[in-house]
Amino acid sequence: MIKLIGVLVVGIGFALRINTLLVVVAAGVATGLAAGLSPHEIATLIGRFFVENRFMILPVVLMLPVIGLLERHGLQERVASILRRGRAATSGRVLLWYHALRAGTSTVGLNIGNHASMVRPIVAPMAEGAARVPSGQPTPSEVAAIRAHAAAAENLGNFFADDIIVAVGPVLLIKGLYDSVGVPVSVWAISLWGAPTAVFVLGVGWWRYHRLDVGLRRGEGRS
Amino acid sequence: MTTVLDLRLFLVVAGLYVACVAWDVARDATHPHRVGSAIFWGLLAAIFLAGDRVPAAVVGYAVLFMAVLAGLKQVGMPRRGTGGESERAREATRLGNRLIWPVAVIPMVVIAGAAVIERVEWRGFRLVEPRHATQVALGAACLLALGLAWRVTRPHPAVAVTEGSRLLQAIGWALLLPPLLASLGGIFARAGVGDVVADLVRQSLPTHDPLVAVVAYCGGMALFTIVMGNAFAAFPVMTLGVGLPFIVREHGGNPAIMGALGMLSGYCGTLVTPMAANFNLVPAMLLELEDRNAVIKAQVPMAAVIWVFNVALMYACVYRF
Repeated sequence: MIKLIGVLVVGIGFALRINTLLVVVAAGVATGLAAGLSPHEIATLIGRFFVENRFMILPVVLMLPVIGLLERHGLQERVASILRRGRAATSGRVLLWYHALRAGTSTVGLNIGNHASMVRPIVAPMAEGAARVPSGQPTPSEVAAIRAHAAAAENLGNFFADDIIVAVGPVLLIKGLYDSVGVPVSVWAISLWGAPTAVFVLGVGWWRYHRLDVGLRRGEGRS
Repeated sequence: MTTVLDLRLFLVVAGLYVACVAWDVARDATHPHRVGSAIFWGLLAAIFLAGDRVPAAVVGYAVLFMAVLAGLKQVGMPRRGTGGESERAREATRLGNRLIWPVAVIPMVVIAGAAVIERVEWRGFRLVEPRHATQVALGAACLLALGLAWRVTRPHPAVAVTEGSRLLQAIGWALLLPPLLASLGGIFARAGVGDVVADLVRQSLPTHDPLVAVVAYCGGMALFTIVMGNAFAAFPVMTLGVGLPFIVREHGGNPAIMGALGMLSGYCGTLVTPMAANFNLVPAMLLELEDRNAVIKAQVPMAAVIWVFNVALMYACVYRF
């Protein structure tokens, strides 16, 4: 039970709104100590895992100069102005369209974008430009709601349609685990049983993006 | 076999770029947290450039120090803003769709690249290591896009650094969370946290009932993912601890259905946890949202509905097919 101290540290840290980075490090150190590791061994473990996982933040870091440069020269304004001209576009429809595109390409194991390369420069400005609000210009709280849903569209499209047609990531992980304990399964069966949820999630997305549109049209969230 | 485009190359590029940011911060006299921020970004640059050439413990202590800097609120945003709104609007009209091309190029290069570059081989030289193909394609796409963006906007070289620096500092310390959470996962695994959780689930619930077994497995996947921030870490623990013994072995459930829907239940946990920083917190920072839990709050109702659907579908099908 003492090994769960890290979970407790995380819970308390988030509840007290202490800096997340500090909470995570504290949880790691506490768990390591509870498992009988010395402080030096814990630092070695943190260092080793951190170096192995540096690649996780590489896409964001490499993307920022491109996005920063283009935004300085009006990328967001340009993207928003294209959408403002189209009458049929709404924030919710833009997000549904991106969700479907992201999910569709993800079924064959392709990754067309992430928060840094697609959501911030393209999807969020498009959705903001397509906002149908009574006054024509969304308020800061409406902009925040649109952006949060844009990030959600990226996550939903990314997570729930993974590998349905071409298996690259999680399906191979599932297969690998079953192989290691001698349970026979086919990759195809695992992939196909993910399909109903992918379709359902698109429906859930449609419902939430539609609610977003309705809220914007009624001018909710203005104060 | 010699690899031409090594992933390390992009680590070096990223390291040099973060070093420029650190230098930019260090020279910025108006920066409210000049010293702390400069040290923070300087250390990150060093880890990118030389992280695998120094003992792991040194990196570990550096990361601990960076966390303390962030905890003491010594890492922050610069005071200076970006160019004026009217200037951006004028530039948007002048450059038009040429601004969009560099961004549009990235997914195209990634899609084309990932399929092709891993097959390129010539006399003992290969272009990339196959397991890194997607990451290398993304790195190359970013550099290509930067070149295009440069051609379109023709800025002063310092502008790319200062504009990127502003965005990097908007994300700030949250940038460190994804690899650090991976470290935490490693320590949890080493300490055997997963076995303790699986034992707890088994002892506290009557998992011999078929429905309870499904709810416990999917619930355990979501809860453990919330704690770890990663469904991939939760999957072996819950599947070996709860799923296989009760759903498959005791009641003859279909392992393919259980695995697929179990993993998807874990993703519902990913949607609602700050521990999945790269999906929830980093985007909130990147989109400059004041409430850093705004993305999670938008996702909670969706995650709940999707989780219930997964459980219902698993219960309806896993014992039948």
